[in-house]
Amino acid sequence: MNADFAIRAEGLTRRFGALMAVNRVTLAIPRGQIYGFLGPNGSGKSTTIRMLCGLLRPSAGEVSVLGYAVPREAEALRRKIGYMTQRFSLYEDLSVAENLRFMARIFSLPRSAHDVRLGAALRHYRLESLARRRVVNLSGGEKQRLALAAATLHDPPLLFLDEPTTAVDPQSRRDFWDNLFALAAAGTTILVSTHYMDEAERCHRLAILDRGRLVAEGPPRTLMRDLDAVVLEIETPDPQRAGELLRAQPWVRSVAQLGTRLHALAARDAVQPLEAVRQRLAAAGLEVRVEQTAANLEDVFVAATGFNRDDGAAGHG
Amino acid sequence: MGERLGRIAAIAVKEIRQLSRDRLSLGMIIGIPLLQILLFGYAINLDVRHLPAGVADMANTELSRALIADAQASQVVNIRTRVTSAQALERLLRNGKIAVGIYIPPDFDRRVEDARRPAAQLLVDGSDPTILGIAEGLTGLSLPSRYRPAPAAMPLFAVHDEYNPERRSAVDIVPALIGVILNFTMVLFTAIAIVRERERGNLELLITTPVSTLELMSGKILPYIVIGLVQVTLVLLVGVWLFHVPLRGSLAGLYLASLLFIAAGLSLGLFISTLARTQFQAVQLTVFTFLPSILLSGFMFPFDGMPRFARWLGELLPLTHFVRLVRGIVLRGASLADMPADLWALLAFFAVFMGLAVLNFHKRLD
Repeated sequence: MNADFAIRAEGLTRRFGALMAVNRVTLAIPRGQIYGFLGPNGSGKSTTIRMLCGLLRPSAGEVSVLGYAVPREAEALRRKIGYMTQRFSLYEDLSVAENLRFMARIFSLPRSAHDVRLGAALRHYRLESLARRRVVNLSGGEKQRLALAAATLHDPPLLFLDEPTTAVDPQSRRDFWDNLFALAAAGTTILVSTHYMDEAERCHRLAILDRGRLVAEGPPRTLMRDLDAVVLEIETPDPQRAGELLRAQPWVRSVAQLGTRLHALAARDAVQPLEAVRQRLAAAGLEVRVEQTAANLEDVFVAATGFNRDDGAAGHG
Repeated sequence: MGERLGRIAAIAVKEIRQLSRDRLSLGMIIGIPLLQILLFGYAINLDVRHLPAGVADMANTELSRALIADAQASQVVNIRTRVTSAQALERLLRNGKIAVGIYIPPDFDRRVEDARRPAAQLLVDGSDPTILGIAEGLTGLSLPSRYRPAPAAMPLFAVHDEYNPERRSAVDIVPALIGVILNFTMVLFTAIAIVRERERGNLELLITTPVSTLELMSGKILPYIVIGLVQVTLVLLVGVWLFHVPLRGSLAGLYLASLLFIAAGLSLGLFISTLARTQFQAVQLTVFTFLPSILLSGFMFPFDGMPRFARWLGELLPLTHFVRLVRGIVLRGASLADMPADLWALLAFFAVFMGLAVLNFHKRLD
C-alpha cells in the first residue's frame, strides 16, 4: 500500500504552546509527483514539512515517509531525502564548488565519483562559471540553483522544498520549475511549499493549508472545476461602489477588483447569480455587464481559506 | 566507520576553510595569546616599583641616611615626602598620599646594634594586599656593608632570608598563562562554533543530513585542538625568549597536559554552544565561566590561601589542575607521573562535558 505513496500522514498535529500550528492534517502524497503546499504565511506549511522530514516532533499523528516511521526512523530517512530550507542554508564563506564537495562528503558519495558528480551538477544547474566564486557574492537565483544542486547531489528519491522561490526573480523561477519537472520525470517525488498561485497551479497535486488545517486537496484542475461557487466577471464604470454594494449581499462570498473589473464569487445555491447581480446594481443606477467565467486557482484559494477575511465581508465557509 | 571519519573530516576541513577566511578569528588565534602574554608579562608585573613613600627620619645619622638612600636606590619606593613625626607619616598614609612610610626612631643606631629589637619601622597601606607584599620586599634591605658594625650582627629584619631579591613574577605567571589563554580561546571558539551555524541557518540543513551529533562535535573540535597546540607553542616561545622562563620538565609532558586541557576547554565550549541561542549569549556564558577560572584556579591567588568552599569550587575547574600541572612541569621539573590526579581530573572534565554537549544537542528544531 505504501508503495504508491512517498508520504503518508494521519492526523498530523503540532502545537507551539497555545498555538495550533498544524491541526490534524492527513496526507497521501504519491510517488514521482510534484506535490504543492499552498497557504498564506503562518498556515503551517513549514511546520508540516519539518515534521515530515523529522526536524520537528509531531504533537500527535502518524507519519510514514518512504516507508520509514518518522520521527522514530528519521535518522535512516536522512540519506534518502534532499531538503532545501526556506532561508539559504549553505555556507556563504565557502565557494560554490566547496559547498558541493562538502555535501558530497557529508552524504558519503564515493570519493572516486566526486569529480564526476560535481561536474555534472555544476553543468546541469549552470554553475560552472561560478564554481570558484564565494557564495556570498551570488545572486538570489544563483544561490537557489546551488541549493537545489546541493539538495539533489546524492540523488534522493524525495525532495523537500520549503518556499524555494521566495528570493528569486521571475525568470529564475521559471528555470527552477523546469528543473523540478525534469527531476519529477526522472522519478523524484517533490514536496514544495509556495504562496505563488502560478507555482501552485504547476503542481501535479495540491494541498491548501489555512491556519494549520488542510482545507482543500487534489489536482489543481479538479480543484478549480469543482469549486463550490459561481465565478462572475463584472464590468462597470464604478467598480468601487459596485463592489461595496455586492459585498453587502449575503450570497456574495467574495469580491476582488481587477483594474476596471470586479471578480466575484457567488454561492452556488443563490438563485440566478448573474441576474441577481445585474438587478442589484441596476437598482443602484449602475450600468454593468456580467458574465460567468471559469474559476482560477486564486478563487479556489479564496473559497478554501474562508473568503475575504481581510476586506470585512462576512465569510460563509 | 570509513563513512564516519569521512564526515568528521568534511566538517573539520570546512571549519578550517571558514576560519582561514575569517580575518577576525584568525587574528584572535595569534593575537589573544600574544596580547595576553605581553600584558601579563610586562604590564601586570607583581614586582611593583616606585611606590610613593614618605620618611620620618628621627635619628638623622649617617647610618639612617644611608638606609634611606638604599631604600630609594632599590626602586621599590620613591621617597616623595619627608616629615618629622610618626603621626605625620600616618596622616599621609591615611590620605593616600603615600603607600609606604619609613619610620626611623631617634635611637636607630643603638637599635641596629641590638639584635632583639627591630631597628626601624615600615608603615604600609595594607588595604592593597599587593602593596603589602611588595613593601615586605623592603625588609630585605640590609645596611651597606661598610656600616655593618660586626660580622655577627643581626640583619635588620627577621624575614630577610625568605625573600628572593631577584624574584621575577613573569617566571611564575607565564607557564600558568598558557592555561589562562587556552581557557579563554578554546572555550570561546567552540562556544561560538555551533551557535554560529544555528544563527546563519546552516544547522537546519546540516541536521537533515546523515551527520551524527558526535561526528559534528568531533569535526568541530579537531581544528581547534591544533590551534590550541599552536597557541601553547607561541606562549612558550615568547615566555622562554622574552621572559627567560626556565623549562625544567619534559616538553612532551607539557604538550600532553596541554592536549588534555585543550580537550576539556573545547568540550565546555561545545556544551555552551548547545545552550546558547545567539553568539552573544555564547560569549556571555564564556566570560561567565572565565572569571571563576581566573580567580579560583590559583593563577592569581595562592590556592592554599582560599577558604574551603572556594578551593572545592576551584577543584572543579580545569584551569586549577592545568596550573598545577604546568607549574610542576615547567618550574619544578616534575613529570606527569607525579601528578596523576590532575590528569584524571582533566580527562573526567572532558568526558563529562563532551557527553553533556552530545546529549544536549538534538538533530531537531524543537
